[in-house]
Amino acid sequence: MKTKVGIIQFPGTNCEYDAQNAFSALGCETQILWHKENAIPQGTDLLVVAGGFSYGDYLRSGAIAKMSPIMKAVKEFADKGGKVLGICNGFQVLTECGLLPGALKRNEGLHFISRHHHLKIINTNNTFLSQCSANEILNIPIAHHDGNFYIDPQGLRELYANDQILLKYTDEQGNISNPNGSVDSIAGICNLGKNVFGLMPHPERAMESLLGSDDGRRMLEGFLSA
Amino acid sequence: MKVIVNVFLKNGVLDSQGKAVQHALTSHGFRTVSDVRVGKQIIIEMDENDGESARAKVAQMCEDLLANTVIEDYAIEIQA
Repeated sequence: MKTKVGIIQFPGTNCEYDAQNAFSALGCETQILWHKENAIPQGTDLLVVAGGFSYGDYLRSGAIAKMSPIMKAVKEFADKGGKVLGICNGFQVLTECGLLPGALKRNEGLHFISRHHHLKIINTNNTFLSQCSANEILNIPIAHHDGNFYIDPQGLRELYANDQILLKYTDEQGNISNPNGSVDSIAGICNLGKNVFGLMPHPERAMESLLGSDDGRRMLEGFLSA
Repeated sequence: MKVIVNVFLKNGVLDSQGKAVQHALTSHGFRTVSDVRVGKQIIIEMDENDGESARAKVAQMCEDLLANTVIEDYAIEIQA
């Protein structure tokens, strides 16, 4: 059975076709879901909230998108254990709607950052990173203005205690290298139930070594084994 | 009825924009500036006659959308 992936599209989303291309290349059946839909297609294995600038980042990144009709269905899907992956703006949407803890603030240096960055894999006992090894260093593009992950000290302790930290920004050797001011250099997290995942880097843009890196492939392959 | 909502980062959450503006001002000669915070003001026109009813609705709007209470505080001001 092919893994069935639904990719959510808001006005201003711009990574939906990259995500579709990536999951198609991995042999998945993919479908773009317009934000005005109010149901998730039967048999969907994974929902991807793709990157971009939903609603022009007006008010706050991801804030207006959380009010879209489809988000109610996304929450119900997640509450029943359905797998949801938020990439970049998708991560912002998932924190805004409360499916993931914390928030994404303006980058500490205030600049939009668009470049490849190294990441260290922190926890692999989850579907998403099941094909990666702990402490492995990957090279994945980042492209964001609001990627400065914030969570209060109590929330941070819970993330550590429950193995919810997925990725940290590092250099090539795996030393912490924080591009945007994120708490503890955190680049990606999951929820307590380990079925909702969010990260600022773009694995769907790292699918071909010819284009700089294919390290994203191994990350996304985690969803095929589920 | 006009309702003014001010949204600012919570105390303890680093306001990078405020710090950058503060630095620009002091380096521009405004040496008495000791702190700057950058936030948002949202002005809402409502068909409401009762200030308390309007305040309650706007508070709900803040909780649902206008502020992200993980990192932001909000203040509501009712203008007659």
